[in-house]
Amino acid sequence: MSPTTYLEAIRQGIWEEMERDERVFILGEDVGIYGGAFKVTEGMLERFGAHRVIDTPISESAIVGAAIGAAYMGLRPIAEMQFIDFISCAFDQITNFAAKSRYRWGAGVPMVIRGPSGGGVHGGPFHSQNPEMYFVHTPGLKVVAPSTAYDAKGLIKAAIRDEDPVIYLEHKFLYRRVKEELPQDDYTVPIGKAVIRRPGRDLVVLTYGAMVYIAMEAASELVKEGIDLEVIDLRSLLPLDKETILESVRRNNKVFVLHEDTRTGGIAGEIAAVICEEAFEYLDGPVLRVTALDTPVPYSPPLEEFFLPKVPDVLKTARMLASY
Amino acid sequence: MRQHDKDLHPSAKVPSVREEKLTEGRESVGVALQSALVHSIGAEPLRRMLYYMMLTRELENRIERKLYRQGKIVGGVYVGRGQEAISVGSCTLTRPQDVVCPSHRDMAAFLIRGMTPPRILAQYMGRRDGYTRGRDGNMHMGDLKLHVISFVSMLADNVPVAAGVGLAFKMRKEDRVVLCYFGDGATSRGDWHEGLNFASVEKLPVVYICNNNQFAYSTPVQLQMAVENVADRAPAYGMLGEIVDGNDVLAVYDATRRAIERARAGLGPTLLECKTFRMTGHSAHDDASYVSREVFEEWERKDPISRYQRVLLQEEIISQEKIDAMQRQVIEEIDQAVDWAESSPYPEPEDCLRGVYYEDDE
Repeated sequence: MSPTTYLEAIRQGIWEEMERDERVFILGEDVGIYGGAFKVTEGMLERFGAHRVIDTPISESAIVGAAIGAAYMGLRPIAEMQFIDFISCAFDQITNFAAKSRYRWGAGVPMVIRGPSGGGVHGGPFHSQNPEMYFVHTPGLKVVAPSTAYDAKGLIKAAIRDEDPVIYLEHKFLYRRVKEELPQDDYTVPIGKAVIRRPGRDLVVLTYGAMVYIAMEAASELVKEGIDLEVIDLRSLLPLDKETILESVRRNNKVFVLHEDTRTGGIAGEIAAVICEEAFEYLDGPVLRVTALDTPVPYSPPLEEFFLPKVPDVLKTARMLASY
Repeated sequence: MRQHDKDLHPSAKVPSVREEKLTEGRESVGVALQSALVHSIGAEPLRRMLYYMMLTRELENRIERKLYRQGKIVGGVYVGRGQEAISVGSCTLTRPQDVVCPSHRDMAAFLIRGMTPPRILAQYMGRRDGYTRGRDGNMHMGDLKLHVISFVSMLADNVPVAAGVGLAFKMRKEDRVVLCYFGDGATSRGDWHEGLNFASVEKLPVVYICNNNQFAYSTPVQLQMAVENVADRAPAYGMLGEIVDGNDVLAVYDATRRAIERARAGLGPTLLECKTFRMTGHSAHDDASYVSREVFEEWERKDPISRYQRVLLQEEIISQEKIDAMQRQVIEEIDQAVDWAESSPYPEPEDCLRGVYYEDDE
């Protein structure tokens, strides 16, 4: 068996769910004939037919609205946003129609909205965004962001089987850079469960998506200095796995949050509040943040590099916290 | 009707839009057609349509003019007075498995699909037995078992959702259609365009029904669009558009019947523009001072209920005594519904927390 890429893992997950459950279908821009801008849906049109792999007009609101209508009728739509940046065009359908539907009148909307998020590939302001917090702030939605091929497959399957609308953020920087051997058997990764990527004893960093790799790289540097950094991959942002977070804080006593999303209103602030409310007496230092800067995602390489959190930023914060 | 300068807007005259002149004293479907329609529909369905129009009028009068003013309805109230022919004439044609997406001025669509006045009133009053258990108010209600999809305040959001319903029917090759309602104001939103376009590209079995009541809150239709008719836009989507006298329940019935036939035959969606007038403000707190008394009086003479009663009397489908008895029955039904709704408890405060996500005991 050769290793499976993160992108191929998503594709496999969707493919297997479409084989398993005839209610599952995919709609979006260029998902059929072209196989998707990043080829996540390649071959699906030929295998499943045009009625289950639907090329739509450039109409994100209609893509999500139609997914909602189909979900009401018992189907399991997967709506692709060609770049997750375009999810802003469907914001109203997601936050007002889908998210509030079950609460308002008991009509669940089992639906996945997925697309490539994140920077590091010089995509510029409209092909690099991390829109998670618009949706984390919306009760009724779930938000997941896998970092490994295993989780990418397990979480897309869990999202498709979920009874509620799930925003599935796939990091485009990881699409072809990350790969691993995957189990042959069917498996899912539960939504709402974080995972410890690297156990440590001195302090813990909470992160997700492509930043997991920045954290791991920093951890291998820090260990040379005698600092044992625990790395927790949140995987789900809504619901947040408070249990795993608080357990680690009680054990490590020092914590910081690392995310590629911009700083103000990012999930680090929410996590810091949760820790202060529920584990303040276990803390031996302030809850710190390493994040992208509060600007749009810039295009030019030196600007984008300056904007994104990097290993040295993590090292600096970790060292400061370790010596606190 | 407002004046329209054809020289300024030559493109507004589109051949595939059927236009019926809405002139007082002439039934828009024509006398011969009217008679033929009456006989093809049959006496019982015709009387049932009158019943639903009268029930809707009485229910909404009670909501807007009694319960709201008595402070028993704490939130907004939007009624469709004067527009009853549209939802009655169209929704009457749905089969049990068809789906409707009513707007906030389509009370009859809810009633015809089987949602009941007691629970509707409990909904308005924020009671536990309302269709949203107090989570939402007024027409923001639905029931998937009855195939009624709840409306939201963001106008035209239901247009792409209805397309998705139609998409499911098409995918599963089901002989079902979906009726989607909205007002003239909703047609200014981008979701309206996206939804109609997608539905037409995919040839989905949807009937899009516009209640053109000529005002979006206080804004007249000529400040909403530069074409004369909403239906003029249909050809741009490759869709059949039709202008209907929205105050003539038989005309609405006739046009909807044809649109549903087209949808069932796989010919795709139709845009029906039902011309009517909103005989009230936008909501119960709006006195509609921006509409002249003369305009209201003019449309009062075209009232869809009294007009339909005249037709049924003339065609000897019903007697005046039966109409009076029907009105008494409607009043009694609403009286009982009000009593029932007022006896429904408010929800428990902690119920606020339930049902945001799927729960195993659902």
